[in-house]
Amino acid sequence: MGTWSVLRVFFNIIAFDELKTDYKNPIDQCNTLNPLVLPEYLIHAFFCVMFLCAAEWLTLGLNMPLLAYHIWRYMSRPVMSGPGLYDPTTIMNADILAYCQKEGWCKLAFYLLSFFYYLYG
Amino acid sequence: MCLCSCSPSRMEFPSGYGSHLPSYSVPSGHYSQVPSKAAASHLDNQYRASYYPTYYSAPAQNVMTPSVGTNVLNTQESQQLYNKTPAHTVGSAEGPIQGAISSASYLHTSAQQSYSAFGNHYSTSVSSSVASQGFPLNSDHYTMPMVSSAMYPNVSYPPVAAGRVYGQAFTSQTLPAVGQFKETNTFSSQSTSVPHSLQQHVPVGYNTTLTTISSAQSIQDSLCRNLTGSVAKVNNQINRGMQYGGYVNNQASSAPAPLSSSSDDEEEDEEDEEAGCFVPYFHPLKPFFPLRLNTRSMTSSPVPAPSVPQTSKASKPFGYGYPTLQPGYQNAAPPAPVQPNNPGHHPGFQHYPQQYPGVNQLSSSLGGLSLQHSQQPESLRPVNLTQDRNILPVSSVPAPVPNLNSDLRKLNCSPDSFRCTLTNIPQTQALLNKAKLPLGLLLHPFRDLTQLPVITSSTIVRCRSCRTYINPFVSFIDQRRWKCNLCYRVNDVPEEFMYNPLTRSYGEPHKRPEVQNSTVEFIASSDYMLRPPQPAVYLFVLDVSHNAVEAGYLTIVCQSLLENLDKLPGDSRTRIGFITFDSTVQFYNLQEGLSQPQMLIVSDIDDIFLPTPDSLLVNLHESKELIKDLLNALPNMFTNTRETHSALGPALQAAFKLMSPTGGRISVFQTQLPSLGAGLLHSREDPNQRSSTKVVQHLGPATDFYKKLALDCSGQQTAVDLFLLSSQYSDLASLACMSKYSAGCIYYYPSFHRSHNPAQAEKLQKDLKRYLTRKIGFEAVMRIRCTKGLSIHTFHGNFFVRSTDLLSLANVNPDAGFAVQMSIEESLTDTSLVCFQTALLYTSSKGERRIRVHTLCLPVVSSLADVYAGADVQAVVCLLANMAVDRSVSSSLSDARDALVNAVVDSLAAYMSTASNLQQSMLIAPNSLKLFPLYILALLKQKAFRTGTSTRLDDRVYAMCQMKSQPLVHLMKMIHPNLYRIDKLIDESTIHVNDRVVPQPPLQKLSAEKLTREGAFLMDCGSIFYIWIGKNCSNNFIKDVLGYPNYASVPQKMTQLPEVDALSSERTRSFISWLRDSRPLSPVLQVIKDENPAKTDFFQHLIEDRTEAAFSYYEFLLNIQQQICK
Repeated sequence: MGTWSVLRVFFNIIAFDELKTDYKNPIDQCNTLNPLVLPEYLIHAFFCVMFLCAAEWLTLGLNMPLLAYHIWRYMSRPVMSGPGLYDPTTIMNADILAYCQKEGWCKLAFYLLSFFYYLYG
Repeated sequence: MCLCSCSPSRMEFPSGYGSHLPSYSVPSGHYSQVPSKAAASHLDNQYRASYYPTYYSAPAQNVMTPSVGTNVLNTQESQQLYNKTPAHTVGSAEGPIQGAISSASYLHTSAQQSYSAFGNHYSTSVSSSVASQGFPLNSDHYTMPMVSSAMYPNVSYPPVAAGRVYGQAFTSQTLPAVGQFKETNTFSSQSTSVPHSLQQHVPVGYNTTLTTISSAQSIQDSLCRNLTGSVAKVNNQINRGMQYGGYVNNQASSAPAPLSSSSDDEEEDEEDEEAGCFVPYFHPLKPFFPLRLNTRSMTSSPVPAPSVPQTSKASKPFGYGYPTLQPGYQNAAPPAPVQPNNPGHHPGFQHYPQQYPGVNQLSSSLGGLSLQHSQQPESLRPVNLTQDRNILPVSSVPAPVPNLNSDLRKLNCSPDSFRCTLTNIPQTQALLNKAKLPLGLLLHPFRDLTQLPVITSSTIVRCRSCRTYINPFVSFIDQRRWKCNLCYRVNDVPEEFMYNPLTRSYGEPHKRPEVQNSTVEFIASSDYMLRPPQPAVYLFVLDVSHNAVEAGYLTIVCQSLLENLDKLPGDSRTRIGFITFDSTVQFYNLQEGLSQPQMLIVSDIDDIFLPTPDSLLVNLHESKELIKDLLNALPNMFTNTRETHSALGPALQAAFKLMSPTGGRISVFQTQLPSLGAGLLHSREDPNQRSSTKVVQHLGPATDFYKKLALDCSGQQTAVDLFLLSSQYSDLASLACMSKYSAGCIYYYPSFHRSHNPAQAEKLQKDLKRYLTRKIGFEAVMRIRCTKGLSIHTFHGNFFVRSTDLLSLANVNPDAGFAVQMSIEESLTDTSLVCFQTALLYTSSKGERRIRVHTLCLPVVSSLADVYAGADVQAVVCLLANMAVDRSVSSSLSDARDALVNAVVDSLAAYMSTASNLQQSMLIAPNSLKLFPLYILALLKQKAFRTGTSTRLDDRVYAMCQMKSQPLVHLMKMIHPNLYRIDKLIDESTIHVNDRVVPQPPLQKLSAEKLTREGAFLMDCGSIFYIWIGKNCSNNFIKDVLGYPNYASVPQKMTQLPEVDALSSERTRSFISWLRDSRPLSPVLQVIKDENPAKTDFFQHLIEDRTEAAFSYYEFLLNIQQQICK
């Protein structure tokens, strides 16, 4: 479960790196990435609900900021008909690409830490 | 003069190169290439002739002792090199040039002959050498601009003044070329030899009349004739490191492995696995305007002591330390306090201001010409904005010339095609951040050119690692190897490249046309094709709902098409098709053999299909009669329609299906909000919010349907061009997406009606004529490469970005402009020059695969002062406009407006903090940026960004689309129109163009204070000309020029000037047609009287005046000053 999140974020990072180094067409890349966004967010939300049920207040508190970020991020996504976040026409914009990559790294760190925290904590 | 010299030479090309050139004939005439230079030309002349010596003499006083050592070295080195150069290069330098000019056909045949020896079929046509070299031959009237642009950076001027030092100076002329990498000091050694003669000369030049000036000119002239060619050649060779000393012609035996064609196999768009070296960096998140990072701390942060001596800046910007030059100097460049830079104060108004553009141009070029460290260049001259009211130049603002040595400058790309916001590239990102100016490029890559060397060759020489095309700025290490100027890899020169078709000689790769011209076009081989070149395919999608029929556009479109059917660019394979739509979609079967066109109606708009896929797009030539029948019938076919709905989405889907096998161009004519089927839109505009000062909503698309469609189209090499002719809100913000991402173009005709709005109808007609007949490139990709260390940050324009440096352009047209933001990823300390190269690979309408390559070379500087000295204010403003459009869509309009104001505030604050001793109470800008606040104010009052004034949402969005897709020249007119007084044209100075006398009235400030009731004024807004007539305008003018007896009888809607046989009429018309010639779209003329309702359109462009909602220019300056002092 947690592993899934880690994997998905890892994939994310690789994908943006591929974009940056020209290996892939942004349209294809967005098409592969976009369907994964919502499941990730939902799984994370599901975890949060579980923590709430288990009265794990500390863990929940740690996860709340990310949940809020996810909600904000999805609310402010570009106009799109399908699910997802990434727009092939703006993704190559250096600012947005850098932002997405950075986001990927941060989330990877967070998921990894929380993975071990859930394991041993 | 270039006008005179170009035309004959151009005439001759067809004889020699007929096969290559036909697609380049330019409807707008050959003038377009150099309008600004020519305009400024005669003004600069007088000035430059006498002004130069002053500049050059200055360093003589400040000879920097530490530099002497290197100088000596340089001199020796250069002399050595020079001696090694075989005599024939010097002597015969003019030979090839003459050849190129006079005997194109001779060249051609010769090329053919000699190629056969090589067994390659290989032919090269070169024309542009003519442009640069042809000038010395010409008459004095036009000679100067070219001469000076070619010559003035050179050190040759002081000797000119001296006259007799000439021989001596010859050797020292090679200095700058050699010392190019140590730009700072090469100068001093030489200037010591001249000062005495200069000082004699200077006062004469300034204070007195034209006679002395002309004598100076003639000296220059003769110098140019004798010297330019040869000296330039010498420099060339030295520069490239070619040493001919012991060189023997023995290449044949030691032929290195030619550039393996296997590496060329890759398509342009797939070639860049290796090119990844540009982008391995992960760069930190920046705010949108990188300029705006902690501004306030900026002032307190340590600024490196600028190398320009600042002591003299505040009170005595000039003359300080040069007492002998005082008198001459002050006349020429009035220093701020003593003699405000206000020509209006002088009785000789006509005379003085003429000198300024000269100062401008010259200064920016002088910028760092080795002088920068000893003397303050003109472009850094502080201008007190609040005091100097007349900062506008007399004629159009020239592009600053990069501070390169003269032969590099001569080779450099024309600023019309390729411009950089900073002509001196800062060394590091930190320095760039400090300057608070955006770094970026403005491109007009597919511009109509009158002269373009077209090269057919079996191997196109490119760098093996970064795939850069060989260009004038590469260096030849020896005969067999060249070093890439972008990635510094050393490459082999292929065997074929050793032969120079221009001179018919072997072993001179550095004289090949590719290396002599920064703009060239290659005919690409099949290596550059993914599929066989597509034919030209045009599909017209026409709205025929009630609304459309009512507006009556169909008649105009069909008429224009009928007229231009034979002029549509294409070959025998050209195909054409038509789709019309209202609530259903109608297709037209035009298959050859039918007796009349067949209409096929598909009413299932939810699941659109093509009724007869094969016969809807037909060969233009085979089915011409049917097409003509259809076009004649179409306007009347729908006259009685009751259908008010518009199923644009399904029609577009059908068009996409129809086009996807081939690719091509879809032209969509839409007159209302699409209301049926996929992609339907709802009205989002609240008319009450039009003049809101707070939030402007709905600048972004409402649906991604059109964007997705555009991406699909782009993938199938199809571009969608949108003509929106609506009288009501039609959500251009959403519709525009179909063109934005498919590299199309957008035309908008608000409140179009064929009979009620004749101005718009005329505009549509003219636009269509241009649209249908202009050049077109299909299945294009454009890649921008730049020197290692620089990287591309963001692209602006209509295209789809396919990778970090590759744009996919389904179609490319000559009116499309692009902007690119750059960032500096690695410090550029180890290089003194950076280069940018745009390569545009496209299929011409004749089914040829071609690559057009532009290369721009710019110097790198390390001091903040130099960065300011090289700022190109127009490019900066255009780039900022592009960034602001993005900002207003992604964030909000008010954010974008703030960002624009901050851009001025920050850059001026940063500048003022470098000049620490400036008084804080004044608002000082460097001369290069003196127009910056004015242009930003103009932007803020532009339709796209204005608030408080009633602006329809579609108008605003259209203005934004234009900002993104117009090339710089057009965009500048949109932002800051040119205003001329035209009732006294007979008295104005004139230039001669094609036997026509064109008066050159000075530019007027955009302020109502300039409008007098006695006058008549012409405002040039790019796409429209307004002629405003004052109430008391002399009846003579009205009678002669407008053809009416008096003011009262001039009609309200007048769009044409009659041909009256009077001098003033002739002058006015020649002036207007001269203005028109310089642009592709022939603008519509509108005569405006005071009681005319169109008056507001005219007055809204007077941006220096106060409106209820916006500052006047002076208030704006005060506001900026306040923010700086905060």
